[in-house]
Parts: sequence; C-alpha cells; structure tokens
Amino acid sequence: MSLLQYEFLRNALLAGFLVSVACAIVGTLIVVRRMVFLAGGIAHVAFGGVGIGVFLGIDPIRSALVFTVLSALGMGLALERLEISEDSAIGILWAIGMAIGALFVGLTPGYVPDLMGYLFGNILMVPTGELAVMALLDLGLFAVTLSFWKELVAVSFDPEFAWVVGVRTKLINTVFLLMIATSCVMLIRAVGIVLVLALITIPAVSSRHFTKSLGWMMFISGLFGLGFVMVGLYLSFLFDIPSGATIVLVAGLAFLLLEGFKKS
Amino acid sequence: MEREGQTILEDINFSVQEGDFVGIIGPNGGGKTTLLKVILGLVKPSRGDVLVFGKEPEEGRHLVGYVPQERIFDRDFPLRVIDVVLMGRLRGKGMFRPYSREDMQKALEALELVEMSHLKDRQIGSLSGGELQRVLIARALVSEPKLLLLDEPTANVDLPVETEFFELLEGLRKGITIILVTHDIGVLSTYVEKIACLNRKMYYHGTKEIRPEDLEAVYGCPVDLIAHGVPHRVFREHRP
Repeated sequence: MSLLQYEFLRNALLAGFLVSVACAIVGTLIVVRRMVFLAGGIAHVAFGGVGIGVFLGIDPIRSALVFTVLSALGMGLALERLEISEDSAIGILWAIGMAIGALFVGLTPGYVPDLMGYLFGNILMVPTGELAVMALLDLGLFAVTLSFWKELVAVSFDPEFAWVVGVRTKLINTVFLLMIATSCVMLIRAVGIVLVLALITIPAVSSRHFTKSLGWMMFISGLFGLGFVMVGLYLSFLFDIPSGATIVLVAGLAFLLLEGFKKS
Repeated sequence: MEREGQTILEDINFSVQEGDFVGIIGPNGGGKTTLLKVILGLVKPSRGDVLVFGKEPEEGRHLVGYVPQERIFDRDFPLRVIDVVLMGRLRGKGMFRPYSREDMQKALEALELVEMSHLKDRQIGSLSGGELQRVLIARALVSEPKLLLLDEPTANVDLPVETEFFELLEGLRKGITIILVTHDIGVLSTYVEKIACLNRKMYYHGTKEIRPEDLEAVYGCPVDLIAHGVPHRVFREHRP
C-alpha cells in the first residue's frame, strides 16, 4: 500500500473510519425513527455556523458545532411549544440556517475562503488535530448510546408507552438531537453539508438487508460506511475527482445494487 | 376537554370501580383514545379533574398498563418480541443500567401468560395482528398494573381470534381493572361487565346494557341493535 505513505491519505482513511462509526450509531437510529429529514435540516443549519465562523475569523467547524447544537436544542423547544408540524419546522430551520450562513459570508470583508469545501466536503483536507476531536466525539456518541440504550430504543419504537412507563422522553429526545447535531458537523469535513444525508442514511438502510437487530444494524452499517468511504476515496484519487461526491455516489450505487439484488 | 378550539370531550363524569371490566363504545373520532390519554396523563383536560387511584394521572400512571392501538407501530422497526415486552420493565429503572435477569424472567412469564413464549425471538414485524396484540398486552402486564387500558384491541383480528382474546383477558383479570375502548359494538361480548357510550359526551349507567336512545345519541342516527345469540348478548332479551 504505497498510497499510505502520504500523510493526508492516512488522515483521510482515519477520518473515514471515525465518520463511519458516528454514521453507524446515529444514522441507524435516525433511519429506524424515520427522522432523516430532521437530520437534513440540522446538517444544513450548520452552514449558518460556518458563515459565522468565516465572519469572525475562527475555525468554521468549531462555530458550526456550537451553532448547530444550539439550533437543534431550539428546534426541540419549538416543536414542544409551538403548534407546528415537525416537517414544517424542519423546512423553516433548514432555510433560515442557510440564510444566516449566506448573510455572514456576504458581510465578511476581503478574502472569503472557498465554501465549496464545507458544502461538498473534502476528506483529504482533514487536519491531524481534528482527528482527535472526531475520535472524542465518537467515544462520546458510543458512551451515550450504551448508557441510554433501552431508553433510546423505547422512545424510538413507542414514545407514548415509554412516557407512560416513566421514561424521561423529553430528556432522551434532547440527547438524541444533540447526537444528530454533533455527528452532522463531524461529517461536514468529509462529505460536506449537502451530502451528509447520504452517509447517514445509505449505510443504515443497506444494513437492514442483513439483520433484524438494531445493534447488528449499527455494526453492519459501520462496515458499509467504511467501505463506501474507502472505495470512494480510492476512486477519487485514481481519477482525480472530488472525494465527497465520489463517496456519496459509491454509496448510492451500492444501495441501488443491493436493492436490485434483493428484488431479483 | 378541548383541543385546537374544538371540544373533543365534554361533561365526562364517570368512575370505574376496582375490578370492573368496562367497555366504552363510540364512533371513530368520538374521543375514545383521547379519554384514555387523559386517564394516562398524556393529555391534560382543560377543565375538571381526573383521579387515578385517588391520585393525579401522572402519579397514578405507575399503576396503569397501556395497550395502544396496534396500527401506530412501525412494523419495520428492528426489534424482537422479547425486546418489546422488556419495555414494560422500564419503570423505575435507572438510566445507564441494562435490563436485569429478573426483568428478563418477568418478561418471559408475561409472554407465557399470553401464550406467546414460543415467539419470543421473532421479529415484531413478522407477527400477525392477533399475535402482536398479545405481545402488547404482555408488555403492559409485565409492569404489574392494577388498571389495564386497551385501545381498539381487536381492530385487526378476525372473530375466532377475538373470542380467544377475550377468553385470555378473562383469565388475566384477577384483581386487574380493565377499560377497553372500541368503535365496534360487536366486540363487546359477554366478558365485558359494564358498558359506556362515548361520542364527545358519555352515557354511562354502570350496567351492561346499552339503551337504544343512548346509542342513537352517540352515533347520531338510529342503530340496528342485533344481539348475536345468547353468548354474545349485550342487550336485554326483547319481549313484545
């Protein structure tokens, strides 16, 4: 593997692994709860945070993390307090987040860095320091999921019943929103805001063909995620094409093949 | 009881004695599920009080077992039968702690009770309507409730399964109060002890008979009362 001599490629593979772990845990829960659109909204809100970071001259990923977490919490509150359907709330959040980003980028004087990297990702540009942060987030996600496993499962399957038997459903839902927010931001570097949905849904949906257990779904979707990232990365390197888009298209192709195979 | 400006339930004043088996019938949209949710404390009434075993619903809910309508479930959800039943043991369980051996034991016993233990490792999505209904009852029973609320328990099953289902309930009843709501008058078999009619308002006389005028008020039109032979008779024998 002479390719591994390159530090950036090693970093990219490591980032791919860390991203796959987050997608496996959070993506599986999102898919079984049918909250993919919510994840999309939260991912796009991150663009607001990126814009603010660019404007303030700080690392846009850091500001995106803070902004997205706060927005996700605000979203949770809004859904509780306002008489509005979830999909309308998501649509509004989605648009406002993007608008805030565009506004702050527009207000930034002088040189504005390339925003394509945030929208479509570039896994080859993940700095070494960020890998440690990603690893920490993964550990956090893992620990939270393990700690709240039975509550997360119960709230996902039947929230009313969970409430009746005394589960603190609001707390669990807030924890879940935070998990989505952190994973979405983590995915920005690798595949970008626009493509986050692919890595959250496709591995989880594909894993459904192989198991009927939630735990195994997470494990298998982790393998799928890693596979998609590695193949996509290799192809993008080989043909010198954008990595984020290639990874997503590899995932999409694999999904179609699996579905077709299942049908026949 | 109002929601979004529309009155869903009003002037509801009824009490259930411990050990009763009460059937509540009424048309769809008549507020039956809402009534159960009020009893559970999931929905707060805009006026009036609800007491469950003398306490506020939120404090009384640990005594209540809830069997929701079957159709609200995502049948694709990757979960085994035993995992579903275990959810009934969540009460009082600290977060961070997995289910104990005792929880597993109780869950298996509950499955035994509803005669579903042979399916414990089956995917919930692969169950028939009747089987899923029994599993949901096991889930409610595993928390050892004093009051069992059943929402349209026989909506998706055919008649033989329905009869079996009521025989099962009869066997479980010792010491448990049951409130069952349904839109299907035919469901209310001999097993039900008291019947109430509900369509926004409630007509309840603490008896097993339905007065034709109540039924008319509830359904808004004359309803043909047909008693299916003696075992299923819910109406007094009619003599000319």
